[in-house]
Amino acid sequence: MATNKKGRGAEIRLDFQKNKVVYFMFVPVVIFFLVFHYYPMSGIILAFKDFKPAHGIWGSAFTGMFGFEHFVTFFSGVHAQRTITNTILISLYQLIFGFPMPIILAIMLNELRSPKFKKVMQTVTYFPHFISTVVVCGMITEFCLSDGLFNQISGFFGAEPISMLSEPGMFRTIYVASGIWQAMGWDSIIYLAAIAGIDTQLYEAASLDGAGRFKKIWHITLPGIKSTVVILLIMQIGKMMSVGSEKILLLYNPSTYKTADVISTYVYRKGLLDQDYSYSTAVNLFNSVINFALVYFANAVSRKLTETSLF
Amino acid sequence: MIDARSKGDRLVDLIIIVVMLALGVVMLYPMVYELFVSFSEPAALIRHRGLLLWPLGFDTTAYELVISNHQILTGYGNTLFLVVAGLAVNMSMTCLGAYCLTRTHAYWHRYMTIFVLITMYFSGGLIPSYLTVRGVGLYNSLWACIIPGAISTYNMIILRSYFSSIPESLVESVFIDGGGHMTVLFKIFIPLSLPAMAVMVLYYGVGHWNSWFNANLYLQERSKWPLQLVLRNILITGSNLDLGSTVVADYEMLEKSMKAAMVIVTTVPILAIYPFLQKYFVGGMMIGSLKE
Repeated sequence: MATNKKGRGAEIRLDFQKNKVVYFMFVPVVIFFLVFHYYPMSGIILAFKDFKPAHGIWGSAFTGMFGFEHFVTFFSGVHAQRTITNTILISLYQLIFGFPMPIILAIMLNELRSPKFKKVMQTVTYFPHFISTVVVCGMITEFCLSDGLFNQISGFFGAEPISMLSEPGMFRTIYVASGIWQAMGWDSIIYLAAIAGIDTQLYEAASLDGAGRFKKIWHITLPGIKSTVVILLIMQIGKMMSVGSEKILLLYNPSTYKTADVISTYVYRKGLLDQDYSYSTAVNLFNSVINFALVYFANAVSRKLTETSLF
Repeated sequence: MIDARSKGDRLVDLIIIVVMLALGVVMLYPMVYELFVSFSEPAALIRHRGLLLWPLGFDTTAYELVISNHQILTGYGNTLFLVVAGLAVNMSMTCLGAYCLTRTHAYWHRYMTIFVLITMYFSGGLIPSYLTVRGVGLYNSLWACIIPGAISTYNMIILRSYFSSIPESLVESVFIDGGGHMTVLFKIFIPLSLPAMAVMVLYYGVGHWNSWFNANLYLQERSKWPLQLVLRNILITGSNLDLGSTVVADYEMLEKSMKAAMVIVTTVPILAIYPFLQKYFVGGMMIGSLKE
């Protein structure tokens, strides 16, 4: 036992002599992660405390109900149901309408006969990805005005002009549709790469056997990209409970909170606008726990099905 | 028989092409519309109903106002600083970390990897991070938009995978020639990973160019605001562009074309470099999908 320990100590010393430059190079990285990742993790304790700026994070007292008061407040209020429902619904719409789009696009691009036209179409469909979120939301805001582009178009079909961004019933459609518009081209890249990896001999053999275009898509292209589709689908399901706040913060307003307010925007509003630090951290913690469980679950499923996993 | 099939085939081809063209219009028209609006004469624009297929007249007043505007100019300056300084910090930190993580012979390698990977799945969340940034004294400094995001763990892991594919024999040859780890990193790893470097620059660079949220959290003084935050205030929150001493007779009338001009002016730089970046996209996606 003793010799073993000594052996290990010697090993560490020897290793340090050999690799000290590596360790010194890693120091700034460690400092970065400690300060901006690990230290904030310790701040999660706020979720169980009643933060008083004068006392700081550590000096503030724990809340009642064994520190769980903020969680109880959240779940007994009206916001829990609203934000959780909105988060899930928006994710669900993204999954149902957004997920198949890049796959369909990739297959259609692959069916184009002219390589030049394909290239142009790719460039065109990637383009919205490079417009910044603020500009995209700025354009949406303009277009949704009662004299904006969208109303000009719907007016063409006889609809009355309305201020679309103040309509709770339209928010999710606008959010999800603009998301698809922005991402479908970019997201198709990975499927196109998967399609490019399919052995062309398979297509030639199928043609010789008299298979038509749809048969080839169904029996060769789709099976060829199946594993990519499955992995991405599972990963997206893993993100069901996390809808990013940036775009919603840019598009929503009090009149659409009913359908637009998700957990992350609620955390932002409570925490930074109302300065209710502890409560906001508690809601965020609840969300993180669910997210982690979902990602973990998705990963386990992915590993089982495809032998591919993130960790 | 063969003829019939090829006829059907050609019909499918035609349908696909039509769908693609329609999609192309949907993808491009919003930006084209903004372009037309920005050049249109404001008075004609207000009277106009329906889609725009070309600019209504030709008027560059909106551009003159936007381009010479001090808010837009300082915004541009701040964003440029964010992109350049941010990329310098991002790239040096990410390369350092990724390199160290490839040193699998080091005794602490496993712990270093775990230490880094944990941060991919756990974070303090909004408020603790916000309090930390304030606590280290970055509040109201542009560095608050750079330093807390110095390393994206995900990018670092991608780069590490790429570095790992470089043969270890090259590393050893440097050591035999008397070089150290820094020489390996700068003379071997970075030059051999240029496609991965390009992808990193693309990801980080676009991130800085687009970022407004952190700036919104941490920057009090308007003179420090990056372009996107200035834009948000005008395009979305609805504040008026601060025109300073320039007197504009009817701001209301000009507003639409001015907003459109702002959209164009702030999107053009990205569009200008976009064709040069495109060849790296596929490579980037593939690097990203590497299993670590």
